Order: sequence, then C-alpha cells, then structure tokens
Amino acid sequence: MKWFDYQAPRTLGEAVEAMTLHPTARALAGGTDLLVQMRAGRRTPDLIVDIKKIPELNQLHYEPGMGLTLGAAVPCYRIYNDTTVSRAYPSLAEVANIIGGTQIQGRASIGGNLCNAAPSADAIPLLIALGATCRILGPGGERTLPVDQFCVAPGQNVLATGELLVSIQIPQSPASSAARYLRFIPRNEMDIAVAGAGVYVVMENGHIQSAKIALSSVAPTPLPVDASTLAGQPADEATVHKAGELAAAAAKPITDMRGTADYRRHLCAVLTRRALASAIAAAKESK
Amino acid sequence: MERKAHVQTTINGEPAEFLCEPRQSLLECLRDILNLTGTKEGCNDGNCGACTVMMDGRIVTSCLVLGVEAQGSQITTIEGIARGNELHPLQKAFLEEAALQCGICTPGFIVAAKALLDQEPHPTEDRIRWWLANNLCRCTGYDKIVKAVQKAAAEVNL
Repeated sequence: MKWFDYQAPRTLGEAVEAMTLHPTARALAGGTDLLVQMRAGRRTPDLIVDIKKIPELNQLHYEPGMGLTLGAAVPCYRIYNDTTVSRAYPSLAEVANIIGGTQIQGRASIGGNLCNAAPSADAIPLLIALGATCRILGPGGERTLPVDQFCVAPGQNVLATGELLVSIQIPQSPASSAARYLRFIPRNEMDIAVAGAGVYVVMENGHIQSAKIALSSVAPTPLPVDASTLAGQPADEATVHKAGELAAAAAKPITDMRGTADYRRHLCAVLTRRALASAIAAAKESK
Repeated sequence: MERKAHVQTTINGEPAEFLCEPRQSLLECLRDILNLTGTKEGCNDGNCGACTVMMDGRIVTSCLVLGVEAQGSQITTIEGIARGNELHPLQKAFLEEAALQCGICTPGFIVAAKALLDQEPHPTEDRIRWWLANNLCRCTGYDKIVKAVQKAAAEVNL
C-alpha cells in the first residue's frame, strides 16, 4: 500500500476540515472495501480519516413516527443485533446480515456500502425502495439527498471535496407496509449479487396503495424502477407478475463473469416477483 | 510527513505497544512487529478469514484493519485462546476430530468459533456454518470443522 497519513477526529467539524484540506482523502469506516481497493492500487489517498470516533457517525436511533437515523459508520452487526431496529425494519436487518460474512459485518457499514457505490451493493436497492435520504456535511454546510441520487457511476458517488456522509435517514413505514431485498448468488453466502431486487409496498384494503422497486447489478448504478402503475392494483398474482415485467424491462444489464445480460434480466423478473409477493404477505400481517 | 505511529493496545489481556506505519494492517503489526505469528495471512483481502482476531468483542479479519486502529482496543489472537498450558476445548476438539490438515485456516476458525460459543453456547449446525462462512478451508471439506465446533460446544457446556 502507498504511504498515507491517518487521522481519527472526534468531531464532524474536524473531519470535514481534514477532508477539505486533503482533496484525495478518504473516510474510513469498516475499511472492508476501501483497504482492499488501496492495496490493489485502485485508490491512493494521501490521508485516511477514520470517522468511527465521531458520535454522529455511530448513531443508530429509531424514533417511532419519525423513522431511523443510521450513522454512516454503524457496522452491520449493530443493526441486526438491535431488536428495536430489527423489528421496525426487518428488511434492513436482513440485508445487514447478508453483506459479507460475520467478520465483515463486524466492521462494514451500510453507509460504506452506499459510499462505495458498487452496482452490486446489496443495501442500496433496499434503501432506495424504503425512500431513504442521505445527510451530507461539507465545507459549505449541510445538504440532504435521496439515496437514488447518491451514486453516479460504478465506484463513484456525489460527494464533493471535503464532504462526508453523516447518516442515512429512513422514514417511518406506515401500517400495512413491508420491504424486502432478495439477491441471486451462486453460493449460499459471501458472494456478489448476479442480480438483486429491493421492493417496498404499502397495502390498502387488499390493494397496493404504492410500491417501489430498485435493482442491483443490472446497471452502472443501483437502479430505481418506475413502479407507479402498480398503485391501485389488486395484490394478486397478475400484479406481481406485472411488477416482474417492469423490473426486467427497466434493467440494463451487461454480460460478465457473473452472468449474461439475458440471465440477469430474467433474474430481475423472478427476484422482483418473489420479493414483492413476500412483502405483500408481510404487509398484510403488519399493523 | 512520513513517520510512524505509536499504538497502545491490549493483546490477549496484556498491555502492548508498538510503532507502525499507518498503512500497515493489524495483521502485519501482529506478525511482523509483535511476532505473534499464530494469526495467518491467507488472501489478504477479507475473503478467507485466516487472519481472524477478536477486536473489542467482535471477530474481524485483521488484514482489513489498520494497525493504528488498534489504539485503545482489546485484541484477542489465537495465542490468547488456550488457558495457560491447557488447550481450549475448541483446540482439543479440532485435534480429536481431525478438523485440520495443513493448518493455515485453523487459528482463524478457532478464534471465530470461540466468539460464537461465547455468545451462543448451543448453536445449531446451520448457525455454525453461517457464522463460519467468512472462513475458508481448502483441506477438510468443512464437515470435520463443524463437528469439532459441535463437540466443543457440548464440552464447554458440561
């Protein structure tokens, strides 16, 4: 690894200042993507800013009626070990439990999964489906951005020099709603999605009031799918089938070592159908 | 400015300090600076789990931790698993069940499995396999490892 300096600031202000002074600086949370990239020479920061000592980055707080504040450095295990959060956002706990293995989940954060901006990131389609927003702090002040606008290209996000992802805000889910992320991998665990689908559905009297779909590994960035035509439809097999067709039509997959474009498009339909059917069933039970 | 960092930490219950470059991983610091060579380097990118250590109550792949991040933390390596001259039940079970051949993955498996048994004394086979998914073994085919963990779990809970 190329030489770099290391700082572990205790406040947001110090972190933003350090990252502003060093335009190539990278923020370090779990390091499970960053250190691999640095070792491979794909990123060569002159400064690593360890953000894990900053209280705001470690916040994991659910406020009924308001939603969840998920600090950008909160490691995955804290999400699924938190019974309040797991109960309020079971789909988030589930996705935190499939990113990497136990050791990776001890370090890796959902905020890091987002900042790393991989097309295959498992958490991002779910965050998009849940309507999550990013709280970003930089030398010019604070801004918020919907998660679906955060990734701009493979491995690239919108953060400008000196900017830091502080937290992800996930809105309160209404009654009779549920979300689900499903991915396809050739192994049982510890693998990168060939394709993945995150869905969110709000039910009303047996009908879909609103639904959201987003896909992984089938476009340069995690891909939101326009699912507005599902609103008002009965929650039956025909509607679920239609959701799968919407996803397959929206996908822009490539052929690579993990799968062909045709196969990925097919997976989008299957995964979206299964995720939506599962979310509908869960939403009917949730109060 | 290129200068080394002074890191103060606790390793296997004993205070430890070392000088390292910020770019050195915790794995390199353990092996090359502190001569704690029980922790093994496998893939060096977080996939194989050979370098697993406990850090502040969680298992981590030490190749994906910077040495400087160990400042003020509690680290347990394979060298801290035996109770004095008495092997830990997991270590005995790995020997008795022949849960190792070349042995490179073994320290990582034992540190990871101990973390599981410490928090869940009665894990199911599925749970053991899921927990250990971040540890790769190219010799045993895993069944013997899972059996050893089950045997140790029974013994730990006697």
